[in-house]
Amino acid sequence: MSKSNIPADLKYAKTHEWARVEEDGTITVGITDHAQELLGDLVFVELPDEGQEVEAEEQCAVVESVKAASDIYSPVAGEVIAINSSLNDSPQLVNSGPYDDGWLFKLKPTNLKMDLAQLLSAAQYKEQIQNE
Amino acid sequence: MLKKTSLYKKHLQANAKIVDFGGWKMPLHYGSQMNEHHQVRREAGMFDVSHMAVIDLTGQRVREFLRFLLANDVGKLKTIGKALYSCMLNENGGVIDDLIVYYLDDTQFRLVVNAATREKDIAWIGQHANRLGIKLRERHDLSMLAIQGPQARERVKPQLPESLQESAMTLEPFHACWNEDMFVGRTGYTGEDGFEIILPHPKAAALWDNLLAAGVTPAGLGARDTLRLEAGLKLYGADMDENHTPLDSGLDWTVAWTPENRDFIGRNALQNLRDSGDHDVMVSLVLLGKGVLRGHQTVYGQGGGQGYITSGTFSPTLGVSIAFARLPVGHHQQVTVVIRNKELLARVVKPPFVRFGKANIELPKQLEDTENE
Repeated sequence: MSKSNIPADLKYAKTHEWARVEEDGTITVGITDHAQELLGDLVFVELPDEGQEVEAEEQCAVVESVKAASDIYSPVAGEVIAINSSLNDSPQLVNSGPYDDGWLFKLKPTNLKMDLAQLLSAAQYKEQIQNE
Repeated sequence: MLKKTSLYKKHLQANAKIVDFGGWKMPLHYGSQMNEHHQVRREAGMFDVSHMAVIDLTGQRVREFLRFLLANDVGKLKTIGKALYSCMLNENGGVIDDLIVYYLDDTQFRLVVNAATREKDIAWIGQHANRLGIKLRERHDLSMLAIQGPQARERVKPQLPESLQESAMTLEPFHACWNEDMFVGRTGYTGEDGFEIILPHPKAAALWDNLLAAGVTPAGLGARDTLRLEAGLKLYGADMDENHTPLDSGLDWTVAWTPENRDFIGRNALQNLRDSGDHDVMVSLVLLGKGVLRGHQTVYGQGGGQGYITSGTFSPTLGVSIAFARLPVGHHQQVTVVIRNKELLARVVKPPFVRFGKANIELPKQLEDTENE
């Protein structure tokens, strides 16, 4: 089995989402390599609406593979400012590039500092998936 | 303790994701279930199906026995090597298992049954076989490989012993040929052409390696499930079980009602059910919209009547979701399915969904209109 890729510069939710703080202060969200590997080939991605306000840990998207459907929870609170609409036609981008082309949505955070403190570091996330 | 097939190490070498399936450690996929699916539809793929049980039945009255044991009629098997698909029923008409039976000679037939039902099948068959002096031999010494796809037979050909090549390549569908240690059937569970080969464990490992070298891709249980669903083929434990008869499971066509004087286990119960019309039916569905139909989702018939999906998936070949659903008898054309608290429409179609790599149904046009809005 291949080892999951866990980039050191990202923050992770226990529910297998990642969050990246961009230079402009926005947050990009996706699912981890480990999560896409567990799900297998994705066939549908249901994204939130642009402009939608989401809470931290709020269910706001769904990824569905041949095998199973999985709820996606926003790792931080904020307003959805962009969604990766290329996933509508190519959900498999989440499998091939979970940390780049397979991103799900971008947020303008409203409570970033406190929300980030609740998330796991790469080392902590690695430990979690090893214990699963 | 989970059992391993003789090819277990080969799966690990091919980077298989291993799962528990019917008490066996089996490959789910080798990286991408979707690619494996397409590989079988477009070229050729190979499946280790050694978890299935091969049972040889021997005895002077073996044909008479099987005509009583099975709902389909082994009397139809007139030429040596011919195969028949059948349900094995209990007295209530419930399906104990579905299986393939091969006519080897007048005193010997071979059954291939499911992995998860292996033990109860053997107990059931044994209980009835004793009476007629039939000997039952479970072939723990044999592995089974399914090589499927439009190029499958051509790829297998050079791997066959010379003495079998010609007879194997000229087999009609649902026929088998064999020599001392290789049994080749032109059968499968994918809706594609191909072979199922039964052979001793060491020979299976060699065949696996040779096929791999010849460019045949390993395919796992995941692809096997999406392929069989597209092909309109039912799965034991999902689409049929002991609490449902072949009539409730879309398998009426496998029950041989004639000759009327042939008694078989479950016949009376089945006959009563058919006469009363008080049973369910199975329909094939195509989802009109985004989402994936999956087992246990609730289905509402348009003219009333509630049922459920027995098995469903995303169809890699068609790009839409497909399923089988069990509903009360009725004229069903369209149904409503509840998926994640949303009501979506699905159209009833005539299976198979896919045959020989091509769509066999009209694809929903609505899909483009109902999504993303």
